[in-house]
Amino acid sequence: MAMLHTVNKSPFERNTLDSCISMAKSGSSILLIEDGIFGALKGTSATDKVSSAMSNVTFYVLGPDLNARGMTEEQLIDGIKVVDYEGFVDLTAEHENVQAWL
Amino acid sequence: MSEPWEDEVEGPVKKFMFVNRKSPYGTVYALESLEVVLITAAFDQDVSLVFSDDGVYQIKKGQNTDGIGMKNFSPTYRALEGYDVEKLYVDKESLEERGLTEDDLLVDVEVLSRAELADLMDDQDVVLSF
Repeated sequence: MAMLHTVNKSPFERNTLDSCISMAKSGSSILLIEDGIFGALKGTSATDKVSSAMSNVTFYVLGPDLNARGMTEEQLIDGIKVVDYEGFVDLTAEHENVQAWL
Repeated sequence: MSEPWEDEVEGPVKKFMFVNRKSPYGTVYALESLEVVLITAAFDQDVSLVFSDDGVYQIKKGQNTDGIGMKNFSPTYRALEGYDVEKLYVDKESLEERGLTEDDLLVDVEVLSRAELADLMDDQDVVLSF
C-alpha cells in the first residue's frame, strides 16, 4: 500500500509540499526532486514542517538536483536520505504507486 | 572611414531593474533574465539586479550541474562586473528565511531590507520581473 510521492516545487514558492505532507499516509515515502530539494535543507523556514512529518514518512532527496543548486549532504535535515537516479528507479519499483505532485 | 553603425552614438540611458525571484534550473526564468541583463548592458544602460525570494538561490556558491545534464550558468554572475553591471542587491529577509548568509553567495552584493529595495525600485525607469 505504500506510496511514493515526488515533489518538484520549492516550498517557498508553492504549497505543493504542504499538500503532499498533509495527504501522505504513515509509512509512505516522499522524494524531493528539482526545486523540491529546498524543502530538505536545515535552518530554513520550511525545516520544521518537514522534520515533524518525518515521524510518519520517510524523506529522500535526489542528489544531482541537490548539487546542481549548490547544496551538499551536510546541509540536509538529519535523517533525509540521498538517492541518485538509480535510487529513484529503485524507489519507484519498491512502492506500490507513485504520486507526482506538481 | 567608419561605418555609421560603428560611430559612438550617445543614446538615452535609462535605469533598468531586473527582479529575480526564481531558483535556477527548475524553470528557465533565471537564465532568460541573465540573457536580457547582458543585452541591456551591451546597450550601455544603467542596470540593477535584485535577487529576492527563491531568486537568491541563483547566486548560491558551489553549484554543480554535472548530474542533471544542464549548463551551470552561475559563473556568468561573476562576469557581470566586466559588463559594468555592478549593482547587485539581495533581499535580507529572503536570505534569512532560507538559512543563507552573504558568505553563501558567489558574487559581492549589497544586502538590503524590503523598504530599501522598494525605494530603489521606485527610482527606476524600467522594472523587469523574472
